Amino acid sequence: MATLPDDVVLSVEDLCVDFRLRTHILHAVEKVSFQLKRGQTLCLVGESGSGKSVTARSLLQIVDRPGQIVGGRILLGDGETVTDIAALHPDSRTMRAIRGRRIGLIFQEPMSSLSPVHTIGSQIVEAIRLHSNMDKKVARERMIELLRHVEIPNAEKMADRYTFEFSGGMRQRAMIAMALAGDPDILIADEPTTALDVTTQAEILDLIKRLQVGRGMAMLLITHDMGVVAEVADEVAVMRFGRIVEHGPVDAIYHAAMHPYTRQLLASTVKLTHHAEARQPVSALSAEAPKPVLSVRNLGKTFGLAGNTTLRAVDNANFDLYPGENLGIVGESGSGKTTLGRLILRTVEPTTGTVLYRPKDGQEIDVTSLDKKELRGFHREVRLVFQDPFASLNPRMTVKDVIGDPLIVNGLAKGKALEDRVSELMRLVGLDPMGMERYPHAFSGGQRQRIGIARALALEPRIIIADEATSALDVSIRSQILDLLLDIRQRLNLSFIFISHDISVVRYFCDRVAVMHRGRIVELGGAEQICTAPQEAYTKSLISAVPNPDPRDKRMLHRQRFIAPANA
Amino acid sequence: MLGYIFRRVLYMVPTLFGMSLISFMIIQLPPGDYLTSMIATMSDSGQAVDPAQIERLKQIYGFDDPFYLQYLKWMWGILSRGDFGWSFEWNQPVSGLIWARMGSTLVISLLSLLFVWIVALPIGIYSAVRRHSAGDHVFTFFGFIGLAVPNFILALALMYVAYKYLGLSVGGLNSPEYAEAPWSFAKVIDFLAHLWIPIIIIGASGTAALIRILRANLTDELHKPYVVTARAKGLPEYKVILKYPVRIALNPFVSAIGWVLPHLVSGVTITAIVLNLPTAGPLLFRALVSQDMYLAGSFILLLSALTLVGMLLSDLLLALLDPRIRFN
Repeated sequence: MATLPDDVVLSVEDLCVDFRLRTHILHAVEKVSFQLKRGQTLCLVGESGSGKSVTARSLLQIVDRPGQIVGGRILLGDGETVTDIAALHPDSRTMRAIRGRRIGLIFQEPMSSLSPVHTIGSQIVEAIRLHSNMDKKVARERMIELLRHVEIPNAEKMADRYTFEFSGGMRQRAMIAMALAGDPDILIADEPTTALDVTTQAEILDLIKRLQVGRGMAMLLITHDMGVVAEVADEVAVMRFGRIVEHGPVDAIYHAAMHPYTRQLLASTVKLTHHAEARQPVSALSAEAPKPVLSVRNLGKTFGLAGNTTLRAVDNANFDLYPGENLGIVGESGSGKTTLGRLILRTVEPTTGTVLYRPKDGQEIDVTSLDKKELRGFHREVRLVFQDPFASLNPRMTVKDVIGDPLIVNGLAKGKALEDRVSELMRLVGLDPMGMERYPHAFSGGQRQRIGIARALALEPRIIIADEATSALDVSIRSQILDLLLDIRQRLNLSFIFISHDISVVRYFCDRVAVMHRGRIVELGGAEQICTAPQEAYTKSLISAVPNPDPRDKRMLHRQRFIAPANA
Repeated sequence: MLGYIFRRVLYMVPTLFGMSLISFMIIQLPPGDYLTSMIATMSDSGQAVDPAQIERLKQIYGFDDPFYLQYLKWMWGILSRGDFGWSFEWNQPVSGLIWARMGSTLVISLLSLLFVWIVALPIGIYSAVRRHSAGDHVFTFFGFIGLAVPNFILALALMYVAYKYLGLSVGGLNSPEYAEAPWSFAKVIDFLAHLWIPIIIIGASGTAALIRILRANLTDELHKPYVVTARAKGLPEYKVILKYPVRIALNPFVSAIGWVLPHLVSGVTITAIVLNLPTAGPLLFRALVSQDMYLAGSFILLLSALTLVGMLLSDLLLALLDPRIRFN
């Protein structure tokens, strides 16, 4: 029987996981080795499909079929004896006793990782009672204590609520409480903050880190975000195509990376912490500025809620968009930024205010008073790019149909002319026109987003509204897409309204930024000014919550919290 | 919650009223009435028809009254004294006829429903969890047979087997010697011995359908993150599946109750005729053929009421089962 060094709780040696697919065997994890040490955090970094989540789930033997551990050892020590998890049967009693009791798991999707039909409290009590013989009453007290521990206010009351009554951050806290229920030695956090807003992310990371240090747990944190890694990691392992390509202390990885992939990953992250270099100064802000292409005045939308309460989704928004300008709109979920984009397009009817559009011929159009037919003309010149590159393309249409669709609908081209135009558009967004007869599923996420952009460009628009257009993409792909958009803007003299929750993306891409909070634009200014010298309290808290990809300068240590005034 | 139930029951009143009007109208749609169809039958069999008697019957039953007056009289009878009208064919009050049939109908319906659930639940769960295993394929095969074979053919086949190889008397719910006897222990045993054939036959297609629905639903739920969470807690596998995904995949089962009730009453008419079951289906069928309008109308009204009650029941159960529905 092998033994482990004193400070090592878990040692993974040459772990291999295969997925037996119909046509071939996919080696999802190949000869991966690492050690988890008491009180230390190892970050497993990689882009989607790198095998990092499969690795984490192997430690608990909960890899979905057809995944299978085919080699290597996972040694779990408890001071005296050492158990090889890889040799255990997934359904065995020993394995079940390890899950939750020795190793706790938190993962992404705070929306769906808790059962919607059981109360939060009952799910945590279940976890507590599984690994101890507490009676129900004691277990309930312990559950409430745990909820307080993860800083859920009104723990007694909230315990009897259901998941859909919790916000995303609250759910993630409840999930953490559940992972801690068995008092584990090891905490696996699989993308714990990816779906959360930056300020919530900062709080959750803060909490996890504090709990981990306080309880002396070993932590395996899985993420694609180099900024998060820099904030919390002691050691880093970089994964790509199922292998660990580089492994070392966090400082060495960030400041003396050896492997080209690590350097590339860091470069694309660091690149997004600055203003894009390729950008020309915007003429709009100079003295002889042309008239804005779009002027939004007092725009507002009020939704009626149950009872007599109303929600001001957008409250009195004012801004101008100049030709060739990128205007960013940032805010957290629920801040009204998506609604604002829809109000401009009038896919949601505004309650108050006007949107003034100036077409090429210089006249002025009041978008809010257009009839259906005129609105269609307006929609030809102002196009939308969506967030989800998977859901926004019809899987039964070829790429040619997708990109050519706006041309056909508007009767602008058909036959050979259509084909020529589609290949031209595909070349413009960096795709090979040879692929135009293929279906969207044959393309990667980044390529699909290019298809979506090509579709938006088909009608030669003057403004593109991009709603979280890069959120679903890996960081290296993200900067490629942003560069593509910058390039296209220059060539076609477009203006962008870029809606995003990601400050670094906005900073890189935009000339000016509007910060939204609870439906209001709280601050509007140059991108650099907003990001380096914010004026408003809310903006300051938002900016200070963004993780900095440099372990020597952890931003979250001197984070500023913003407490919103009640009924503001 | 109580307020909600009260409101739902209140809404049922106008719906029921509308349904009664429509069902009465539908019964009146075919040309002629009970008398014309009686005259036709009598002439066909060579009996003499006394015009004076016809005229008298017309007077008594008010066949010459305008439609709305007939309807109002009927409704008034029901509301004021629970009188659902007179069955011409049976020469009895409709209510007596219906209640006599309703008991056996309800017993068979509820037992069939129970049979469907007891068989479909475990098989559906097994099929979803062990998808594409040999067992799943076998169940799927039988499931499709159950869906595809018409019930009455299944009934004929089972009757043949039961009679030829098991030596049971088939048809009806009692052996001939007990048919008119008062209820006794021996009669109950005899009743149960007859019961299994109709229950299996009536339940067959429902079982097959529910297995398919549960399998599809559960397959979707099995890969949801909350299942991984439950597994990561250290719960044994059977508990992971039964407590979490099955609970959510159960929703369609419960919503099905609403239309299972009336379906079991009226949807198995052909089977009931083939098996000679004393249930409501064949009676309704006869009443429609002979234009026995009060009997038919009352049946349709009762079925509508059953549907509404079933819907209410399933909505309440759904709310009990799924807090997301309860809170909306």
